[in-house]
Amino acid sequence: MSDTTPLLDVSGLTKHFPIRGGFPFPRTIGAVQAVDGLDFQVATGESLGLVGESGCGKSTTGRLITRLLEPTAGKISYRGQDITHAGRKRLAPIRSEIQMIFQDPYASLNPRQTVGKIIAGPMEINDINPAGGREKRVRELLEIVGLNPEHYNRFPHEFSGGQRQRIGVARALALEPKLIVADEPVSALDVSIQAQVVNLLQKVQQELGIAFVFIAHDLAVVRHFSQRVAVMYLGKIVEIADRDDLYGNPRHPYTRALLSAVPEATADETPARERIRLVGDVPSPISPPSGCRFRTRCWKATDKCASEAPPLVQVEGNKPGHLTACHYPETAETVPSPRLAKDPEAAA
Amino acid sequence: MPRFLVRRVLGALVILLIISAVTFWLFYAVPRDPATMSCGKNCTPDMLAKIRHNLGIDHPIPVQYWDWLKGIFVGRDYSGFGHCNAPCLGYSFANNQPVLGTILDRLPLTLSLAFGSAVVFLIFGIGTGMMAAVKQGKWQDKVASSASLVASSMQIYFVGYLAMYLLVAKLNILDNPSYTPLTENPVSWASGLLLPWLVLSLIWTANYTRMTRSQLVETLSEDYVRTARAKGLSSRNVFFRFAWRGAMGPIVTIFGIDLATLIGGAIITESVFSLQGVGRLALSSVNRSDLPMLLGVTVLSAGAIVFFNIIVDAVYALIDPRIRLS
Amino acid sequence: MTSTDQQTFLSVRDLKVHFSTEDGVVKAVDGLSFDLAKGKTLGIVGESGSGKSVTNLTILGLHDRDRTAIDGEILLDGKDLLTSTERELERLRGNKMSMIFQDALASLSPYHTIGTQIGETYRKHTGASKKEARARAIEMLRRVGIPQPDMRVDDYPHQFSGGMRQRAMIAMALVCDPELLIADEPTTALDVTVQAQIMDLLKDLQQEFGTAIIFITHDLGVIADIADDVLVMYGGRCVERGTKEEVLRTPQHPYTLGLLSSMPSLEGPVDVPLNPIPGSPPSLLNPPSGCRFHPRCTFTEKVAGGLCSTEQPLLDLIDGRGSACHLSLEQRAEFFADVAASRHN
Repeated sequence: MSDTTPLLDVSGLTKHFPIRGGFPFPRTIGAVQAVDGLDFQVATGESLGLVGESGCGKSTTGRLITRLLEPTAGKISYRGQDITHAGRKRLAPIRSEIQMIFQDPYASLNPRQTVGKIIAGPMEINDINPAGGREKRVRELLEIVGLNPEHYNRFPHEFSGGQRQRIGVARALALEPKLIVADEPVSALDVSIQAQVVNLLQKVQQELGIAFVFIAHDLAVVRHFSQRVAVMYLGKIVEIADRDDLYGNPRHPYTRALLSAVPEATADETPARERIRLVGDVPSPISPPSGCRFRTRCWKATDKCASEAPPLVQVEGNKPGHLTACHYPETAETVPSPRLAKDPEAAA
Repeated sequence: MPRFLVRRVLGALVILLIISAVTFWLFYAVPRDPATMSCGKNCTPDMLAKIRHNLGIDHPIPVQYWDWLKGIFVGRDYSGFGHCNAPCLGYSFANNQPVLGTILDRLPLTLSLAFGSAVVFLIFGIGTGMMAAVKQGKWQDKVASSASLVASSMQIYFVGYLAMYLLVAKLNILDNPSYTPLTENPVSWASGLLLPWLVLSLIWTANYTRMTRSQLVETLSEDYVRTARAKGLSSRNVFFRFAWRGAMGPIVTIFGIDLATLIGGAIITESVFSLQGVGRLALSSVNRSDLPMLLGVTVLSAGAIVFFNIIVDAVYALIDPRIRLS
Repeated sequence: MTSTDQQTFLSVRDLKVHFSTEDGVVKAVDGLSFDLAKGKTLGIVGESGSGKSVTNLTILGLHDRDRTAIDGEILLDGKDLLTSTERELERLRGNKMSMIFQDALASLSPYHTIGTQIGETYRKHTGASKKEARARAIEMLRRVGIPQPDMRVDDYPHQFSGGMRQRAMIAMALVCDPELLIADEPTTALDVTVQAQIMDLLKDLQQEFGTAIIFITHDLGVIADIADDVLVMYGGRCVERGTKEEVLRTPQHPYTLGLLSSMPSLEGPVDVPLNPIPGSPPSLLNPPSGCRFHPRCTFTEKVAGGLCSTEQPLLDLIDGRGSACHLSLEQRAEFFADVAASRHN
């Protein structure tokens, strides 16, 4: 493996959930196109944020990467090794290197097991015996995630939501993973607790050099955590860029709209604040719009958008690594900053 | 809906086919020869062969099964009994009576028992359950819950005999259980079956009380019930149109299965009260190795279960618009 | 800027809501007072267990009466709701005051069409016929921006998208032109683009109908967008009150400050850690003594005599602006400046 090989390389990743029906013999009559042709890489120690609204396929993507779901098409390479359809045996050593953190800290911990047992679980399954014994390692992990090592023998219900999420983090760290897929790890937590867990994850990422795929709907949290960010819409990546490029110079209309919809906790009465209001709802992933999937809600859409799917490319004006899938990307000239643009409806 | 019905009926026929085939196979898996039994002590091989032929059991099992199936649709000729019109379920090995006729004779009693007690346990069970749910945590709830716990752990052969002894023999409040057809004399029909209804209902009432209560406790805490209250609807309206509507689905499902089971024959109840229903027919046909009768009763019970399952699914779809029949 | 110069329409006075549970008494709300004027929006901010939702269920009288001990006054147009009978409350609910909830899918009945659910509120309070109620339901659906309302009126909630369900909820709540609308986290379950649509809708409808709104949320961003006045709750008590500008620009309570500085934002520095509030929200079964925030407060030692853990600070209000904290205003100006600076660059 050379230095340039990304830790995770995903190309053309597709997951269609078949819909069965028909009479008298049920057959596949359609598919929910949850994820449709994703290409992205995650470098060693890098954090990639996946943002998008419900139904955009971000969670499915997380489950595909961790191979909890079987991809319909495409390729997943981990450290140069194709694991797209790898069986149990071949996956076993890799499973310990890719870990997952879940959204619900209440449902994802076995209530009948002590914290010590929960965190030691992955070591037992993979038959790993760290120097000094598993218990010592668990105590270390508890310390790392900011819990009292003496709480080794307590049960999950004795902890608050934020503490439970720390237990989830400790469990994910138990096998010294190289990649953690975190699916909405803070969205179930109280505001004052979210920051604690975000800081913990950031510390873990930086100090232990673990790469993250951070899946969230909260753009501010993703901005804080991720070095690179991919925006998803209806199963496709519409824009991917370094954090500063994405938030400072969003080129895809959907990215712009998404950013403009986030309410900020400031009482500034600057009316210049841009307001892009998307109309309507996200279309069904069973029969997504032809061409560009965002066109039905886009104020710039033309016939071309309906007939031709825009490729995810470095459009003119983008820095290297900033890819946008749009025929009519937003330009920095007309819009100095996304937050200062005018209301398109008011202008019309 | 029509498509749903067609599909389910076809499925039901397949299930009945499988059940009857399995019954056939199981019957012969048990080493007991019906011909030997009806031949008696001084049996010669010739007589045995003749009986076998008369009963139609001198063929291999698959052929016998095919003959039996064919009989249902086109009728069947027996050398001993002559022609049996379709739907023909054959003749009893034990007493040479036509199976269908015997079952049809017994069925009115079983149906009376089933539907009569269903009315009783639905009214009392659901009523008590509703009361317990509304008065959740109060003494009414505690009384209803403990009483139903006790009642549901009772057994008919205990309660039945006890009730007969007390209510019929000692106190003379109720009539001795007997069956008069409804069409003949509705009053004696009801008075003769009152005791079995009550006894049979006791245990079911307890079950329905507990089920209704737990379903309602759940739906009463649903968000949409709170919304209905927030709209200013009266508590009665909220209870029946929202909470009860949500609780009904599971209760209907269980009721359908229970009713089907009762139609298949309440063996213990019929035995306790000496009533000649389908349940006792099933019991005696097993004891007497009476294959045609056993098959008839089995197909009837299985048919009732399958039929009520279809009804339940259709009713569920009427209650809950989220369920689509296709 | 405060609501005292307008006509007070809803007035909550020293409200206490205590539940008895198997584990003991939960003091969900413990001495809460506020006023609301017509046409204004009060944002109530708080985390889980702050008592914000309980307060509002109590206003509508939707709490479990058998297990709840309530003290205080809730005056709606001068009438005390706490001494009203269930009958009187039924006439007010959905009519003069109504509520929308967070989870619209769970909060709408799956067994009735959208039209029926909107219409029955109207029929209950106006005595309208079924036909009139249906026409009114279609009219309301049109007003909240549901396309093809005359067709969608016969749909069931599960046939609507998340955003449309919340619109239908709003239509249902506003069908009788209520004077008070309580919105309990109505946008929390929605995507940001849909949340923005719903908040615009609420603001438009408020302008049109002059409804007073209590908007409950944990999201200060949402507060900034929609509220006039803000009330911050912690552990069943109000810790800070003021106009939106006052509370967001110059927070006076360490908890408010903590909330503001712990939130990641779309602007500002990214390569520094966030400033979380340490610890967890308090248990209301066994709340901390003194100031309920003191175990998590970073300024406790700045107050002389350990007052924070022994004495409950009083909510000190001047013209509707104030907070409940033992720190002097001068101390706060000094200590809070650094934190605020890191946020507003």
